[in-house]
Amino acid sequence: MIDFLKRFSRNRGALIGALILITVVLLAVFAPLIYPDSPWKMVQRPFLPPFSTEGLPLGTDTLGRDVAAGLVYGARVSLIVGLVSTLVALLIGVPLGAFAGFYGGLIDDGAMRFTEFFQTIPNFALAIVLVAILEPTLPTITLAIAIVSWPPVARLVRAEVLSLRKREFVEAARLAGLSNTRILFGHVLPNAMSPIIVMASLMVATAILLESSLSFLGLGDPNIMSWGYMIGAARTVIRSAWWLSFIPGVAILLTVLALNLIGEGLNDALNPRLARKGR
Amino acid sequence: MTLAAAIFGRAAKAVTTLLLIVILNFFLIHAAPGDPAMVMAGEAGAADEQFIQQLREQFGLDQPLYVQFWNYVSGVVQLDLGYSYRQQMPVLDLILDRLPATLLLTMTAFGMSLLLGIVFGMAAAARQGKWGDTAITSMALLFYATPLFWVALMAVVLFSVKLGWFPAFGYESVGAEFTGLDMVLDRLKHLFLPALTLGLFFMAIYVRMTRSSVLEVSQMDFVKTARAKGLAEGTIRRRHILRNALLPVVTLAGLQAGQLVGGAVLTETVFAWPGIGRLMFESLTARDYNTLLGVFLVSAAMVIAFNIITDIVYRLIDPRI
Amino acid sequence: MEPVLSIRDMAISLPPGADRDFAVQDISFDLNAGEILCVVGESGSGKSMTANALMGLLPDQVEVARGTAHFEGRDIMALPESERRKLRGDRIGMIFQEPMTALNPLMRIGDQITEVFEAHNRHSPSERREKALALIREVGLPDPDKIIRAYPFQLSGGQRQRAIIAMALALDPAILIADEPTTALDVTTQAQILDLIKTIQQRHGMAVMFITHDFGVVAEIADRVIVMRYGEIVEHGTASEVLENPQHAYTRALLKAIPTDSVPTPDPVTAPPVLEVRNLRKTFVTSGGFFRPTRSVTAIDGVSFSIARGEVLGIVGESGSGKSTVGRAIVRLVEADSGEVILDGQDMNALSASELRSARRRVQMIFQDPYASLNPRKKILHALSEGPIVQGVAKDRAHARARELLEIVELDAGAAERYPHEFSGGQRQRIGIARALAMDPDLIIADEAVSALDVSIQAQVLNLLRDLQKRLNLSLMFITHDMRVAAQLCDRVAVMQHGKLVEIGPVAEVFLSPKADYTRSLLAAVPGTDWLEGAA
Repeated sequence: MIDFLKRFSRNRGALIGALILITVVLLAVFAPLIYPDSPWKMVQRPFLPPFSTEGLPLGTDTLGRDVAAGLVYGARVSLIVGLVSTLVALLIGVPLGAFAGFYGGLIDDGAMRFTEFFQTIPNFALAIVLVAILEPTLPTITLAIAIVSWPPVARLVRAEVLSLRKREFVEAARLAGLSNTRILFGHVLPNAMSPIIVMASLMVATAILLESSLSFLGLGDPNIMSWGYMIGAARTVIRSAWWLSFIPGVAILLTVLALNLIGEGLNDALNPRLARKGR
Repeated sequence: MTLAAAIFGRAAKAVTTLLLIVILNFFLIHAAPGDPAMVMAGEAGAADEQFIQQLREQFGLDQPLYVQFWNYVSGVVQLDLGYSYRQQMPVLDLILDRLPATLLLTMTAFGMSLLLGIVFGMAAAARQGKWGDTAITSMALLFYATPLFWVALMAVVLFSVKLGWFPAFGYESVGAEFTGLDMVLDRLKHLFLPALTLGLFFMAIYVRMTRSSVLEVSQMDFVKTARAKGLAEGTIRRRHILRNALLPVVTLAGLQAGQLVGGAVLTETVFAWPGIGRLMFESLTARDYNTLLGVFLVSAAMVIAFNIITDIVYRLIDPRI
Repeated sequence: MEPVLSIRDMAISLPPGADRDFAVQDISFDLNAGEILCVVGESGSGKSMTANALMGLLPDQVEVARGTAHFEGRDIMALPESERRKLRGDRIGMIFQEPMTALNPLMRIGDQITEVFEAHNRHSPSERREKALALIREVGLPDPDKIIRAYPFQLSGGQRQRAIIAMALALDPAILIADEPTTALDVTTQAQILDLIKTIQQRHGMAVMFITHDFGVVAEIADRVIVMRYGEIVEHGTASEVLENPQHAYTRALLKAIPTDSVPTPDPVTAPPVLEVRNLRKTFVTSGGFFRPTRSVTAIDGVSFSIARGEVLGIVGESGSGKSTVGRAIVRLVEADSGEVILDGQDMNALSASELRSARRRVQMIFQDPYASLNPRKKILHALSEGPIVQGVAKDRAHARARELLEIVELDAGAAERYPHEFSGGQRQRIGIARALAMDPDLIIADEAVSALDVSIQAQVLNLLRDLQKRLNLSLMFITHDMRVAAQLCDRVAVMQHGKLVEIGPVAEVFLSPKADYTRSLLAAVPGTDWLEGAA
C-alpha cells in the first residue's frame, strides 16, 4: 500500500488529477452550503458576463440564473452518474467476464456472443434510444450509460481470468480441493483487480462525457441542473454569449482530464512492470 | 480459413446481430410509455379515443403481441422501417436521403484521425521521454478528455464567428448554386469543421494506441534480430516495428466504428449537417420513434459493415490467420 | 594463435536501482580465429550482457562504462553507431535464445534473409534470392523453394533457429556470437543445432563466442572456456583443462552440481502399488466453429504403468511427448477421454466433482515455474495451510504444521509471514514442495520441478527432494525432459514419445541398455555424454 502511494505520487500528472478531482468532489458535496438557493432560480438580469457583477463571479445565463451555482450543482450530477453507472457496469461486466473466463466452454461462448452483440451496437446511439424511450430521469440515464459501458469490462475481466486460471497457483488451489467459488473469489479475481481498477477510473471519465452529451441533446433529467444542459441551453446564443457554452465545457474537460490522469497514474503504480522506462 | 469463408462467416453473424437489434427495437417500442397508436395520434395532432382506436386497428396494434412481432420483423426484413408521420415520409426514404452526408462526414473524419493518429503516435514513440513525446501525448490526453459537442461549438466560435474562415453550419452554401470545382470547394469548406471536430477525439485514441503499441513491439526479440543484421533504424522502424504495431490499432479502429456513428449525432447536430445523426436528433425532439429506431438500426448496420471491412484488412496484413 | 577480438578491462554499468552497479566488471579475454569459445555462467553472471555489448545491442540505460574491444584493427567500443551498424550482420553475426520470437511474424523467411544483403548493399535482388536459397540449403532446411516463401509460424522451433543461423551467416562474418541458442530447444533438436554450428564454424573458419549455462554443451563444442560469476571471469582455459581440472572453487561447485550419468542401483521395488494407470487416453480437439476444420492432437495414447509406495518413477520425453499431460490427467486438471487412474483401489476418473474435491488431497503436484506457482497476494502461511483447512484440519494445527514444514524444507520459520515476491526462485520451489507435503498426500507429481532453476540451485533442490523422499518414504512421479536429472533421482524410468510409452524399466536398464530406438537416440543427443562417461 505504501509502495503503491509512493509510486502513484511520483507521477506528477496523477497528483494534479487527484487535486482537481478532490476540488470538484468538495464543491459537489458542499453545493447546498455554498449556494443554498436552487440553481434554477433567477437572480439577476440575463447575459451578465463573468467578472462583471459582484456576487456573481461567472455571470448569469440566458434566463438570469447564476452560472457559478449551475456549475457547482452540475458537478453533483456528473459525479453521481459517472460513479453509479460505472458501478452498475462493473456489476454486470465483472461477473459475466469472470464466469465466461473461468468456466469456459458453452458458458464462455454464450457470454461472449452476448457481449459482442452489445459491443456491435453503436453505444451512444443505444444510450440515446434508451433514454428517449424510457423518459430521461437520473436513474434511466445512469442505467443507459451502464448498459452501453459494461462490454469492455466483461472482455477485460474474461481475458485476465483466462490467463490467471492457467497459472500454477490456481491449479495448486484446485488440487487442494478448493471449491470453484473459493478459487474464483479467493485466488483469481483478487489478482485481476489492478486492471479492473484502472479501467473503472477511465470509465467514470467516459460516463461523464456520455452524460453531458445526452443532456446536451436535451436528454437530461429536466429537474436537475447539469453541465451538458447548460451548454445545450446556451447553444442558440453562441454568437453573442459564447462564454455561456465555454465555461461548463471547461468544467467537463477538467474533470474528465483529472480522471484520465488518475487512471494513468494508477496504471503505472499498479503495474510497475509496464511502467514507462527511462524516467 | 480462406478469405471467402471468413467473409461468409462474418456476414452470417452480421445478419444474426441485425435480427437481434430488430427484436430489441420491437421491445423498445413497447416499453415506451403509452402505446404506439397514442404516440402516432399525438404526432398527427389528434387525440380523440375513436381515432386512436382506428389507428390501432389499421396498424394491427389490437392483435396479440406475437402477431405484432411477426408483422414488425417481416416488415423490417422487407426493408419496411415504418412511416414517419412527422415528416410524412417512409422512414427508409428519409434515411437513404440523409445517409450519403453521414458517410462522407464519418469516413473523412475516420481517415483523417487514423492517418494523423498513426503519424503522431509513431512520432511520439520515436521521441519517447523527450519533449516532443510529452507535447504529443499531452495533446492526445487533452482531446481525449474534451466533449465532442463542446469542441464543435468552440470551433464555430473561433473559426466561423471570430475568424470567419469556415461556414458554421450546413452542407453547402444556400442559394449559391455553385457548379464544378466551386461546388467541390464549397462542400469541402463546409465539411472541414465537422470532420475536424469529429476526428480529433478519435485521433487522440489512435495516437495513444499507436504509441504504446510501437513501444511494445520495439521491445520484441525480432527487432533485436533486425538490429543484429545491421539494418538502419529507419528501416527497422518501417519494416519491422510499424507493421506489427499496426495490428492492434486496426482492431481498435474497427471497434471504435460504433462510437464514430454516435459522435456523428453530436457533430451533425451542432453543424446542422444533414445526415442521419441530425435526423436522429430531430426525431428525438419530435418524439418520432419510428424514425429514431430506424436510424438506430441503420447505424448499427453501418457499424457491422465497418467491422467486416476491418476484419478483411486485418487478414490482409496478418498472414497467420 | 592470433586473436580476432581482444577485450581489455571492459565494464558494463547497470542503471541506478539495479541490484548491483556493474553487470560486468573489468573483464579481459581474447577470441581466437577459428575457435569456439564458450562463456559459461548462471543467470546474472553477465555473460549475455558481454555478448550484447560486443554487438552494440545493450538494453536502454545499460552502457559500456570503460574498456576496449579490438577487432580488425579498430576498437569497436570507440566506434560511432553508424560504423558499428556496418559491422553488425556483416563482420559480426549473432543468434539468439528464443527462436519462436526472434523472427518477424509478418515477413517471409526469404525476405528476412535477403534483408541482410540489402542492409549492407550487396548483390542485386535476383542474386540475393539465389544466395538466400543457398543459405537455406546450407543450414539444412528442407525444401528451400518452399521455405523461402514461408512465414515463421509455419516453421518449428529448430527450423526457425536454422533460419536465424542462415541470416547470421549471410555475409560470412569473422565472428559469430551465439547467445544460448539451444536452451529453448528439445534435446534432439539441440544436438542437431550444435552439430550445425560446429560444421559451419569449421567450413567458414569463423570464431564463435558461445554463451551457455550448460557444461554438457561446453563439453560438446568448446575449444576454450571462460567461466563467469557476478560479472567477473573466475576461470579460463582450454575445454579439457576447465572440465577435467577446474581451479576455481565456483567452477568445481558448478561441475559437481551437474547430475552425472553414473546410474545408482536402486533397491528392487517390492511394495504394493500406490497408483495404477490403465490404458489412459486423451485427445485434444480444437473445434474451429462453423468454418474452421477441427484439429485434434493425441496427447496420451493408451498409457499404462504403476508406481509402488515409496518409489520414484521418472517420466522423460521431449516437449509434445505428452508427459505433462499424463501428470495432469492423473490429478484431473485435464480430463482423460478414457482409462483408469486407480489410487488405493479407487478409480479417480470415476469420481464425481464433489467426491473428487476430497480425494484430491491424495495426489499433489510440484510445479515448474517458481514465479507462477504461488499466489502473489497471499502470505506463505496461507499458501501452506489453506488446503489442509479446507480438508477439515483445525486452523491452529494447520498453521503449526505449515511452520514445521518450512523447517523441513530448510527455510526460516519466519518465512510464513512473508509474501512470495520476497523469495528467490529456489526458495519458492522449496515452498512449493512444502505445500505439496502439507496435504499429506499418497503421491507427489513433480512436473519439471527443477527445470527453471540454475544448475547450482537445481542441485540443492534435487538433494532436498531425494532426502525427503527417503526420510518420509514418499511416492514420487518425476516428470522431466532432462535425462541426467531423471537418472539421479528415479528408481524406474518411463520414456514417452508422441503420447505413447515407448519404454519403461529400472533406471540402469533403460539408460545403459535401452531397448527402444527412440530411447537410444534421446540418450545419444544429451550433450556432453562422452565427457561425463569418461569422468565417471
